[in-house]
Amino acid sequence: MSHAGSWATVALLGAFHGLNPAMGWLFAVGLGLQERRWRAVVSALWPITLGHALSVGAVVLLLGAGGLTLPPRTLRLGAGALLVGFGVFRLLRPGAHFRWVGMRVGFGDLVLWSFLMASAHGAGLMLAPVVLEQLGHGMLIVALHTAAMLMVMAAVALIVYHTLGLGVLRRAWVNIELVWAVALIAAGIATPLLR
Amino acid sequence: MSTATSPTLLPDPTFYPSPRLAAQAPPEKLAYVVTIRPEGSGRPDALAVVDVDPASREYGRIVGRLEMPNVGDELHHFGWNACSSALCPYAPHPHVERRFLIVPGLRSSRIYVVDTKPDPRRPHIVKVFEPDEVARKTGYTRPHTVHCGPEGIYLTALGNREGKGPGGVFLLDHDTFEIKGAWERDRGPQYLAYDAWWHLTQDVMLTSEWGTPDLVESGLIPQALMEKRYGHQIHVWDLRRRKHVKALSVGDDDQMVLELRPAHDPNKSYGFVGVVISLKDLSSSVWLWHRTDGDWAIEKVLEIPAEPADPELLPPALKPFSAVPPLVTDIDLSIDDRFLYVSCWGTGEMRQYDVRDPFHPKLTGSVHLGGIVRHTAHPKSGPLNGGPQMVEVSRDGKRVYFTNSLYIPWDVQFYPEGIKGWMVKLDVKPEGGISVNPDFFLEFTDERPHQVRLQGGDASSDSYCFP
Repeated sequence: MSHAGSWATVALLGAFHGLNPAMGWLFAVGLGLQERRWRAVVSALWPITLGHALSVGAVVLLLGAGGLTLPPRTLRLGAGALLVGFGVFRLLRPGAHFRWVGMRVGFGDLVLWSFLMASAHGAGLMLAPVVLEQLGHGMLIVALHTAAMLMVMAAVALIVYHTLGLGVLRRAWVNIELVWAVALIAAGIATPLLR
Repeated sequence: MSTATSPTLLPDPTFYPSPRLAAQAPPEKLAYVVTIRPEGSGRPDALAVVDVDPASREYGRIVGRLEMPNVGDELHHFGWNACSSALCPYAPHPHVERRFLIVPGLRSSRIYVVDTKPDPRRPHIVKVFEPDEVARKTGYTRPHTVHCGPEGIYLTALGNREGKGPGGVFLLDHDTFEIKGAWERDRGPQYLAYDAWWHLTQDVMLTSEWGTPDLVESGLIPQALMEKRYGHQIHVWDLRRRKHVKALSVGDDDQMVLELRPAHDPNKSYGFVGVVISLKDLSSSVWLWHRTDGDWAIEKVLEIPAEPADPELLPPALKPFSAVPPLVTDIDLSIDDRFLYVSCWGTGEMRQYDVRDPFHPKLTGSVHLGGIVRHTAHPKSGPLNGGPQMVEVSRDGKRVYFTNSLYIPWDVQFYPEGIKGWMVKLDVKPEGGISVNPDFFLEFTDERPHQVRLQGGDASSDSYCFP
């Protein structure tokens, strides 16, 4: 993959994650409606973004550590197998969803929630093929991915809060989990093949 | 037998983010009603499917029924596997179907999982939890209320295997329907149980108090009532940490605190609960719990007095009092939180109150049907017995359905001649006021209807995370 292609992939995956209501924009809208002010939507987006970045960052660090200790081929095959396995699990158990109870949340709660939600979805894993391409640029990948996610998340959250209203959920909340599972498997297959 | 279903592409069309949107739902076409056989009949209870579509040729008739495979379950309350709470933003899983009814037997402690698809008129059992499994995995028996929550299906239970307390709450997994165990981490002083519901977005659960199985299963025990041993509190819980927060007492002269109806608007912090009887004057009451300045409190907002009556017309238990107690045994709040319906099972009256100001309910409507003394008839019937009991309100708030039996061992104490089952429908005027729908009168033979659930949801089955 070309450099430009890698970076575009990182940004596009960020946008894809940002679009998923389960990743946080919907929670931000819910909190904004609870407090009846749009600023509450915005202030929820920061910890959600941070939690997502930490989850993706953890995967990047793990892959980086793997790059230092494992033969490249082993690492690629291992990461690829993990991704395919996770994707297949999500296809087979589409109902399995992250369990969390609580909507009275502070900054720390939201960071933790977002970290767990992103990790449970394998958000960072999905980036594995690109991370392994650009092992020296891990932090840049996290920054670009997260920035793209935040932009999309903020745009969707504010448009839904101000203009569209939540009725849109009933018509437009397509089951992204299936696409997500397929994306994980595709990334898994791509991981050992790219170079 | 399978409970596995494929995920859907879009959210179930019966899920609504907010009560405001749910109120725009299309009118229901079917109602599910559990029916109970009196003791000794040797026949099982059933789930009846009632056609409630006025355009249908079978309107007002039973168009399907599922007989249970066992005798003596005493089906009572029941609920959906999934509802609008699946849209809640902290654990969203909206691509599931509102499809299965979780139907507990209050007496047998057996729990049926009933599939209402593919043909909603031909529901069928896909899973049965035997009483022993329920007791072994939860420590509880006599399952009562069912609510679909974001982390699973919540059920309440009256007591334990020995028929004592504590009663409490337990969870079912909403994918596999496996029993996950008792819910509480710290129950504090809570011992009695009955109903449960919540302020979902405020991480608050509420539970109410009836009595332990040994206080209710052989009938209402007058001595226990005089000793004030039935419930007189509601409990506030931290839903997230599963901890008891506070007990709110209505005073122990007021006995049996039953149905909890929190405001549907998630930004409101109040709700209504009905109390069956006061030892002072046999009145019933409705109380409002509310959070003011961060602290929970409860106060009486409605009192319905007993009505003087000729002892000749009263069952033995009531003769000494020369009065009929109203016996408020169910209440229901419309989805827009505007109207509260109050069932007076003893006096045979259904009342409607405007509760937009929840502290000051205004009586806006009343109809009489049945009753211990009155036996008021429906336009399509002769004199009726039993009285307004389990009440359900359509999502748009325009129609109200109710049935007339309470609980087999108690029915006979207040209606010793034997309750003849019926289900009726009320029409609601937009600005308040109710009237008996003259065309809808469903009579049951040899069985008694209890709770009604409307296809697609109703005013007491869904919780919403968005205002």
